[in-house]
Amino acid sequence: MSTQLNINGETRSVDVPDGTPLLWILRDELQLTGTKFGCGVASCGACTVHVDGQPVRSCQTYLEDVEDSEITTIEGVNSDTARAVFQAWNELNVVQCGYCQSGQVMSAIGLLSENPKPTVEDIETYMWGNACRCATYQRIRAAVQRASAILEG
Amino acid sequence: MGAQFSRRTFLKSTSALMGASLVLGFDGQELRADANAASAFTPFVRIDADGRVTAIIKHFECGQGTATGLATLIAEELNLPLESVDVEFAPADAAQYGNSLFGGVQGTGGSTAMANSYMQYRTAGAAARDMLLEAAAEAWQVSASELMLSNGEIRSGDKSEPMHRFVVAAAARAVPEQPVLKDPSEFAVIGNPNTNRRDNAPKITGTATYAMDVHLDNQIVAVVLRSPLFGGKLVTFDDSAATEVSGYIRSAAIPTGAGVIVYGKNTWAALTARDALTAEWDFSEADTRSSAQIKNDLLTVVNSDAEFDARGSAAETETALEGAAQIIEKDFFFPYLAHATMEPLTCTIAPTDTGVMLYDGCQMPSGAQAALAAVLQIPPQNVEVKTVYAGGTFGRRSTQTADYHVEAALAFALNGGQQPVKLVWSREDDIKGGYYRPAFAHKVRVGLDDNGRIVGWDHRIAGKPIFKGGPWDAVMVSNGTDNSSVEGVRDTIYALPNQYVGLTDDKSPITVNWWRSVGHSHTAFVMETMMDLAASAAGQDPVDYRLTYLTGGADDQGRMVGVLRLVADKSGWTQPVAEGHSRGVALHKSFGTYVAEVVEISGNANDGITVEKVTCAVDCGVPVNPDVITAQMEGGIGYGIGHVMRNEITFSDGRVDQENFPDYEPLRISDIRVIETHIVPSTAAPSGVGEPSTPPSGPALANAIAVKGPRVTHLPLGSNGVNFV
Repeated sequence: MSTQLNINGETRSVDVPDGTPLLWILRDELQLTGTKFGCGVASCGACTVHVDGQPVRSCQTYLEDVEDSEITTIEGVNSDTARAVFQAWNELNVVQCGYCQSGQVMSAIGLLSENPKPTVEDIETYMWGNACRCATYQRIRAAVQRASAILEG
Repeated sequence: MGAQFSRRTFLKSTSALMGASLVLGFDGQELRADANAASAFTPFVRIDADGRVTAIIKHFECGQGTATGLATLIAEELNLPLESVDVEFAPADAAQYGNSLFGGVQGTGGSTAMANSYMQYRTAGAAARDMLLEAAAEAWQVSASELMLSNGEIRSGDKSEPMHRFVVAAAARAVPEQPVLKDPSEFAVIGNPNTNRRDNAPKITGTATYAMDVHLDNQIVAVVLRSPLFGGKLVTFDDSAATEVSGYIRSAAIPTGAGVIVYGKNTWAALTARDALTAEWDFSEADTRSSAQIKNDLLTVVNSDAEFDARGSAAETETALEGAAQIIEKDFFFPYLAHATMEPLTCTIAPTDTGVMLYDGCQMPSGAQAALAAVLQIPPQNVEVKTVYAGGTFGRRSTQTADYHVEAALAFALNGGQQPVKLVWSREDDIKGGYYRPAFAHKVRVGLDDNGRIVGWDHRIAGKPIFKGGPWDAVMVSNGTDNSSVEGVRDTIYALPNQYVGLTDDKSPITVNWWRSVGHSHTAFVMETMMDLAASAAGQDPVDYRLTYLTGGADDQGRMVGVLRLVADKSGWTQPVAEGHSRGVALHKSFGTYVAEVVEISGNANDGITVEKVTCAVDCGVPVNPDVITAQMEGGIGYGIGHVMRNEITFSDGRVDQENFPDYEPLRISDIRVIETHIVPSTAAPSGVGEPSTPPSGPALANAIAVKGPRVTHLPLGSNGVNFV
């Protein structure tokens, strides 16, 4: 039985059973592979997407949880905040292997959307659940602050 | 890697290691020739008719910045800004793209990418430049020496034309063998600290393709149920419950008994079906020990006679120690560690007209080719490799058994070989899956005279060798000693009198592998702890004391003195430390690169320690991309400190206790407040930066803790009495 999902402003039809994680719907059914599989237990943040504007871990969000929601993935973000984050990430050369970075970016957009001028403590608290095995944390911290400054104009 | 080592022996011995082989009956045909020869200037540079320059990157990109680094070399010699050079990963072709430091084997590791490519890629860029200039000179009927190429324009006096007009004519010319390279004083791209990585945009916006993202028409997904104990073998399995899982296809036993391959229409189906499988295993040859036993066994071994003498003579050192005024004695334990790359292991194999195509974040194309060829019984050249971005490696994407490539090849073959098969590892597979940094124990006795000077150094090491019995055995093992077990000790940069190094191999079936900085990941901790203890016993400052063992005047020791003095200066080593803070220092040379670090902490071991600041100084020769070097220092320090703080793979009756990130907790954003990196200017040949900042980070932290707190020599610190905030 197919289910309609609202993803990146489009209606997408998927035919998967209840209990299927949103992560695998995005990646395997819709080839929206910017959302990454890192742990499957919501402990690394690589799979972060926005559901109704809030960052969530798509590996622990299931089909039946999001049938009436607006889902936004890294492929679909285009706000001023998103552009500021992209610019800051590029200026500071944040990425190394890059595999966690779309999740980092989605969390950073979430943070700046609700708190445009975060302190270092705010950043560390909000971004704590986004793991980076390359340890790019120092640049993530600086890039969130830089994005905040870009947004301030 | 020595020159006596050849690619042929590597391929032969790699093939011999493969578990099972299956005949698929592919036709053996030659690979088709490279397309578009008109624009392929050398194997390393392609220039399209519209002037787009592409650097062909022979090393994989796992985050270490090699794609940017090699593009930098091409951009420099072509007088182009870095952003004008695109990057593309090379196919598997060791004749063109071999690593000269791996005996011609195509692969990445040991922080060799820049070291073996620096002259090669500059020469390629300079050759392309000369070919373009010669073509323009012919068209304009002037001497090439009157022409200049910069920013994509060829100029002569007032005359100027875009270089793309000459691409076709230039590509038809002979490639000059020894083009003149730019003088380093003219470098504009090399050494520029204000450049951006070439992989920024796709990685920031989620469009970069990793192996996990490969999705081919008609592809199915395979996951593997492996023995829960190392050395266990499959007896039988039952998939009756799995047949209830939507999207489950079927399962197949691996003929060697290594496990069961579970096929699904998609990843979730395969993972869910595997959970529903039951299997029976034969554990008669498995390692059933628990961690306490493993640790006890290794510590017992280092307190007895060594199996191999790696350096010096135990008896002579004993004589020297007998004359010592005092002896400092410590034992050390290092746990097994998983690499835990952010992207779990995965690759996809698809049929082609002549063989197969492997889609992989491929660290060792020569090894993967050999593995697939051996399993599928096809010639290696009929295994094509499409290298995509790798979500980290830290060593894990290359093993001497090509473990996940063999699994993928078996999964492909056991499915009939007509359909693309994607092998996926879960995080649990990764944490439990072996190929760990081997557990090691050390026991060191250092004798000091009345003045605190070292008179003898007895150093026993025990752990499982990485190279012994594998394809690199001939170059990495001598007189029984696997270099990876003793590197950083027997070749210590310090001038130590009467040093004895003894080694005993651990024979556990637990699989081990190189892990960021390999042997240095434990040997630096031991050396730098013992030097701190010796300085303390001598009543001397840890930096000053180290300097007295680096006075050989050799260029080698001189460069280490340079980074040590720099880090002392930049960290304020001689200045009073802030109230409640303390500092520790450590240095280490690995992979030709010199690093010294100072870690400053606050708090205490009971209430919790905070890593306030890490100051790092590095000498890696010519700094090709300073910001990439800085990033690698930061990453290597984070990787080192994170594991030393709290990571260990432990066993209960042979079963790995950890499962996923919640119990193999990665370094988090709040764990290190600041890392500050300083690069020593140098004209020496560039050496690697991916690994060398990891070894000193742990001991610098432990030395800082020991200033006012416990001296901990069993890792991780967090399981041995040190709490972190």
